[in-house]
Order: sequence, then structure tokens, then C-alpha cells
Amino acid sequence: MLGSFDAVLLARIQFAFTVSFHFLFPAFTIGLASYLAVLNGLWLWTKDRKYLDLFRYWVKIFALAFAMGVVSGIVMSYQFGTNWSVFSDRAGPVIGAPMAYEVLSAFFLEAGFLGIMLFGRDKVGPTLHMIACAAVAFGTFFSAFWILSVNSWMQTPVGFSIDPETGQFLPEDFWQIVFNPSFPYRLVHTVTAAYLTTAFIVGGVAAFHLLRRRRRGEEASAATKTMFSMAMWMATIVAPVQIFLGDMHGLNTLEHQPVKVMAMEGHYESHPDGAPLYLFGLPNDETQTLDYAVGIPKLSSLILKHDLDAPLDGLDTVPDEDQPPVGIVFWAFRIMVALGFAMLGIGLWSLWARWKGRLHEARWLHRAALVMAPSGLIAVLAGWVTTEVGRQPYTVYGMLRTADSAAPLAAPAVGASLVAFVVIYFAVFGAGTYYILRLMNRPPVFDEPRLKDVSDGPIRTAGITPAPEHATRRPEDMQPGE
Amino acid sequence: MPLVDGFSFDLTFIWAFLIAFAVLVYVILDGFDLGLGMLFAAERKRGDRDVMMNSVAPVWDGNETWLVLGGGGLFAAFPLAYALILPAIYAPIIAMLLALIFRGVAFEFRWRTERRRWIWDIAFIGGSGVAALSQGIALGALLQGIEIDKAARAYAGGWWDWLTPFSLTVGVAVMVGYMLLGATWLVMKTTGDLQDRMRRRAWVLGIATVAFIGLVSLWTPFLQDGYYSRWFGGWRIGLAVLVGLAVLALAAMMFRALHVHRHDYWPFILALGMFGLCFVGLGVSMFPYIVPTEVTIYEAAAPRRAQIFMLVGAGILIPIILAYTAYAYWVFRGKVDPEAGYH
Repeated sequence: MLGSFDAVLLARIQFAFTVSFHFLFPAFTIGLASYLAVLNGLWLWTKDRKYLDLFRYWVKIFALAFAMGVVSGIVMSYQFGTNWSVFSDRAGPVIGAPMAYEVLSAFFLEAGFLGIMLFGRDKVGPTLHMIACAAVAFGTFFSAFWILSVNSWMQTPVGFSIDPETGQFLPEDFWQIVFNPSFPYRLVHTVTAAYLTTAFIVGGVAAFHLLRRRRRGEEASAATKTMFSMAMWMATIVAPVQIFLGDMHGLNTLEHQPVKVMAMEGHYESHPDGAPLYLFGLPNDETQTLDYAVGIPKLSSLILKHDLDAPLDGLDTVPDEDQPPVGIVFWAFRIMVALGFAMLGIGLWSLWARWKGRLHEARWLHRAALVMAPSGLIAVLAGWVTTEVGRQPYTVYGMLRTADSAAPLAAPAVGASLVAFVVIYFAVFGAGTYYILRLMNRPPVFDEPRLKDVSDGPIRTAGITPAPEHATRRPEDMQPGE
Repeated sequence: MPLVDGFSFDLTFIWAFLIAFAVLVYVILDGFDLGLGMLFAAERKRGDRDVMMNSVAPVWDGNETWLVLGGGGLFAAFPLAYALILPAIYAPIIAMLLALIFRGVAFEFRWRTERRRWIWDIAFIGGSGVAALSQGIALGALLQGIEIDKAARAYAGGWWDWLTPFSLTVGVAVMVGYMLLGATWLVMKTTGDLQDRMRRRAWVLGIATVAFIGLVSLWTPFLQDGYYSRWFGGWRIGLAVLVGLAVLALAAMMFRALHVHRHDYWPFILALGMFGLCFVGLGVSMFPYIVPTEVTIYEAAAPRRAQIFMLVGAGILIPIILAYTAYAYWVFRGKVDPEAGYH
């Protein structure tokens, strides 16, 4: 039935689109909420003004990104029902509960304390304000905890039985369901990714202002330097940890979802005596071959099995209808890994520059950090695509096929809503991203204006608080060479 | 004869009550801030608009979270109902979500641009209006009944089934009711000319709201036989008259508080009371159905184990949520200072 296939494909595209867009905001704000809590804590502890300035600088950006995360998140909580109603009916008894926990323990915590965090410092005093900052940070973490538990259960379903009458998944053991086999790995890998994402954005913004100061022959502010230093410490310490965690996650996937790993590796063929690690190749699902493959013999077996000659099955052992689309998984995985190693490179480079005492003068490091600013966002999306597309053709791995999960939808209805989502997301979130970039274009200054002092917009504020570093020019006013 | 047939106090009932509670809290909290968004259209002065927005800026995000709890809770506690209802009201739901995007980002975006502020003001007004209209239409569509294939556990109607004179009427009724909540909220939160204007608007909106409540209440029993016998069968007609009189009494008290006593916060509380009564009436109409009159809460309920697992969390967390939500409102209590600016 071609009609229903089209509707399912459109529904998949719609979900992929809305969730990818949404994920960019939490990937940034999970880390940023913690960063803000740390900055606020450092300000209260050291009374060093630069921490308060940095807090005020980033909290404006946080408010924008968080609002976009909230509104794009509300969409997600209804997408399950509108487009994936069969999945909702079947899997609801199992995954509905953890999702309800997410709302109760995370969303309310974030939303309840966000107002106090943004506008309440003078009203509630420093201690309660600090608690509010911490509550928002914990809220973002709880949110990640529950939603990743749900996603992990869809990847590695356990702790359930099937109702023979309705076909519903029935919960047998919620402890097993929540802490399903892939969950701990996915949780730490994703939350760490969020921290790295924030670190590289913060580092990129700092590098941008260090470079611009230097071009003008001026000294950058202490706040800018601190920002860069903190971000680079994160890169140095967390990037290697993340690569290690990613490897563990991969081994876990090999154990529970070997077909996904075959697609990630591009292993169409079984390798009974040691599988190569393909660095490059063009996956061809038609011929079931990896064309123009460039690989290192036996390295894949070494990484995955810790044995050069360990046999690894390929997709030739899997029926065609049970295979994920290899090309997408293969490339998304490579993009993620490449960015991970590039992050490690920046971390080591910055450590060396720090060792030499040139952290705030190393221009090429700053340029590289600037280029790498969005690397975390790209890497989390690539990682997400790897794991989600790698789960295909199932929604609940091995149990419920994607084609059998969709709502009884007509292609025109899904198509129309998809077009509406695409147009509106690009317009609204495009504008939001532009406002964020405009805020980032201005460096943090001494006596950074508070959120409530910039109600007239950044342009007029410049007239009220003239400061040497207070560059409030908008990007369109900038010279091409800048 | 029990109040409603099939009543029993058990886990499924508790969950139905909790979901209804979440929806009610959503309606009264986001109701006033969506209504305020629509009233934006009539207030052209920049300073007035700033004050209006400042009055909800610290709390709107929490208000909308109740909508997520309503949707997420329905998914968790009544997955079949969630799977049946959402495809049936596909278009209004998508419209509501997109509208909420526009009005949600407007809170932040309008402070970030001088030249294009008008875009986000329109986004705020339009988003609030479309969201309120969609919610009303969704409610009307649910009340008038949706076509399902019970054996296939699936929605079986068409894409435009939701669009009827009744659902549109409920849509407009919700818009008007939300605007009444918004106007009385602003009577409470503002001073001077703006407050005076809101008093006058609340008067007109109050009359319109009572008229719409009457219209929808009289229309509903004739949609389906089940509603008719529930409201007009036997002694229940007395109950129906009583609820109607209670709404009128609250309305009369609200008008007195608005214009005779010129009270600041009683009009808002009494308007909320009217919404609460309507909500109880809605519950009487629907119970024990969650998809009138096809699927009961018992047929749609999640398994017992899931209900218990969630109830533990809800029992602990909902009181805590209510406490800190109340605290956040307390922190930002009183009149909005027009000088303070937002943010």
C-alpha cells in the first residue's frame, strides 16, 4: 500500500526534523545551566566580579535558548500521539511512566525556578537565588535522565511482557525498564556530550573576542580570558573521557544491537578471521557492498573484541528487511567520531599552550577554537542519527516495526504539517539563533548589564552604559574583514 | 442511585482525576496568560504592552508545563485514549503547538530587537489567539464524539471531522473565557489607566463568557443521548439548574467586585471559580468516558503496575510542584512596576 508507506515516511521525516531541532537547544542548555550554576557559585564564593559578569552575560543567552527548547519540546510530547498513535497505544504502558516522571521531576523544576533564576536575584537574596540556579541545572539533568531511559528502552527493551489481546507492552519490572542495558552508557555519553557542546560554544565565543581584541591591539577583559580558560579545561579533561565513554557505549551496542554496529562499521560481509576498520567507503545497500573502501585490516576486531583475529558477523547474516539504512548510519558515525577526536586535539593543544603560558595569546588555537564552536552541536546530532537510524527498521528494537507504529495518517495531512513545521522552525528558530549570535558578538564587559537592564535591546544599552569593550554593533554593520 | 453510573474509587479513577486536575490547572494558569496575549491586540501603547508581558514573564513557562503534564499524563495513564484522540484532532493540535511556539519565543525575542519588535508582538497576539481557539476546538471535537474502530484500537474518522459549528463555538467560547481571565488578572497586576481599561473589558468579556457558557451548556446535552440523560434525566435536572445558578451567582459577584467594590484580586478569583464550575460540569458530562461515548477510562487505562509506579512519583512530586509554583507566584506578587522594565 503505497499511500500508507508515504505517510509513514513523512511522519518519520517530521519526527526526525522536530526532534533534531529540539535536541540542539537542550544539548546546549544542559551544559549551560551547569556552567551558570558554577559561575554563580564562584561569584558568591570568591566575590570576584568577573564571575558575576560572566553569569549575566551567559544568562541572557540561556534565556533565549531555553525558551526555544521549551516550545520545541512541547511539540515532542504531542508528536507521539498525532503521528505515532499505534506506537503510543502499544508502548505507552511501559514508556509513559518514565516520561511522566520527566515532566514531574524535570520540567516543573526547571520552569518553576527559571523565573527566579532570571529575574529574582534581588527579590529572594543570594542563597535562594543560588538554589534556583542549581535547581534549574538539576532539572535539565533529570530531564536527560528520564528521556534517555525511554529512548534506551526502545533500543534495548527489557522488563515487559506482551498482552496477547491488545498487543500492548505490559510493564513487569520498572527497575529493569528504567535501568535497561543500554541506558547507563547512553546517559553518560549523552550528558557528557552536552557538556562538551557547551564548552566548545563558550570557548568559541571567548576565542572570537580574544582574536578581535588582539586585532585591535587591546587587552581582552579578565572575564573573556576566564571564559576561554574554563572552556579549554573542559575540552582537555572531558574530551578524552568522552572518547572512552563512547567506546564503552559502542561495546554495549555490539552486545545488544550488533546489526547497528555492522552498519556503523560498514561491514556488509562477515569476517571470520578479523574484520577491518573502514575509514572511508561508499555504502551501497543495493549491491550490499562498501564501494571504494579504505580500511585498516583487523583493526575493527581489535577495537570491538580486543582481539586481532576475532570473527565479526556482517550484514550478510541479516535479512534485508531487518537492516537499517547503512549509508546514513555509516557517515553519521564517522562525523561524530571525527569531531570527537578534533575536540581531543583542541584540548591537548590548549594544554600545551597553557603549559607555555600562551593560552590567551595563541592565535591559531583561538582560530581553531572558533571554527570548532558548533562542533558539539554537530556531533550530538550525528551521534543521535547514528543510534536512531541504526535502530531501524524498528521503533522498539526487535519487537515493533516502524512501519507498524504510525498513526492511521493520510499523507497529505502529515505532509502539510511537515511543511508547516519546517517553515516555522526555520523562521522562528532562525531568528532566535540570530539574536543569540548578536548577543555573542558583544564581549562580556565589566559591570555587565543585568537581564532587566537590557529591556530596550542591546542597541540602546550602549548609549546608557558606555564601556571601552562595549561593542554593540550588529553583525550586519561589521566590515567583511572582521 | 449513584451520582454517575460505574463510579468506583480506584487507581484508574485517581489517575483520571489527576489528569483532569492537571488540565484544570493548565486552563486556569495558561488561560490567563493566553488571554492576556489576545488583549495585547487592543493595547497599542508600548509601555502598557511591556507591563502586561512583565506580569507573566516569570511564570509562563511553568504554566505551559501543565499542558505537557496533561498530554504526557494522558499518554502514560491512558495510552489508548491518547492514541485515539490525538489523530482525531490532528489539525487543531498541530495549530496549537505551532501557535505556542510563536507566543513562547515572543517573550524573549521582543526584548532583543527594536526595529522588528512589532513582528514578535503580532506573534504573541496571534499565537495566543490561535492556541486558545485550537484548545476550544479540540475540546468541542472531543465532546461531540470521535469515530473510532474499537477492534483496531484506532481512530477511524476523517481529517476534518473536528470542524463543526459546535467545535467552532467552543473554540470562540474558550477564547472569550481566556480573555476574561486575562483581563481580571491584569486588574490585579496593574494600576492606573491600564487597570481601568481592563475593568471595563472584564465587564464586557464577563457578559460574553456567561452567554457562551449558557450556549455551550445547553447545546452539549443535545449532541449525544448520553449527555442528555446525564443532565436532564430524573433528579439530575435539579443538579443542572443548581450548577447554572452557581455560575450566575459567581458572575454577579464578579461584576460587583469589579465595579461596585472596585476590588483588585477578587474578580480574578471569581472568574477562576466560574472556570472551575464549568470544568466540574464537563467532568459530569464525560465520566466515566474518556472518549465520549465510546471508550471509558477503565478500557483505556494503563496496566495497574504502571499506575502504581507513577502514583508513587506523582504523590510525592505534585505537592512539591504546587509548593514551589506557589512560591514563584509569591516572589513575583503584587503590582508590576512599570518603571522596572521586564526582564
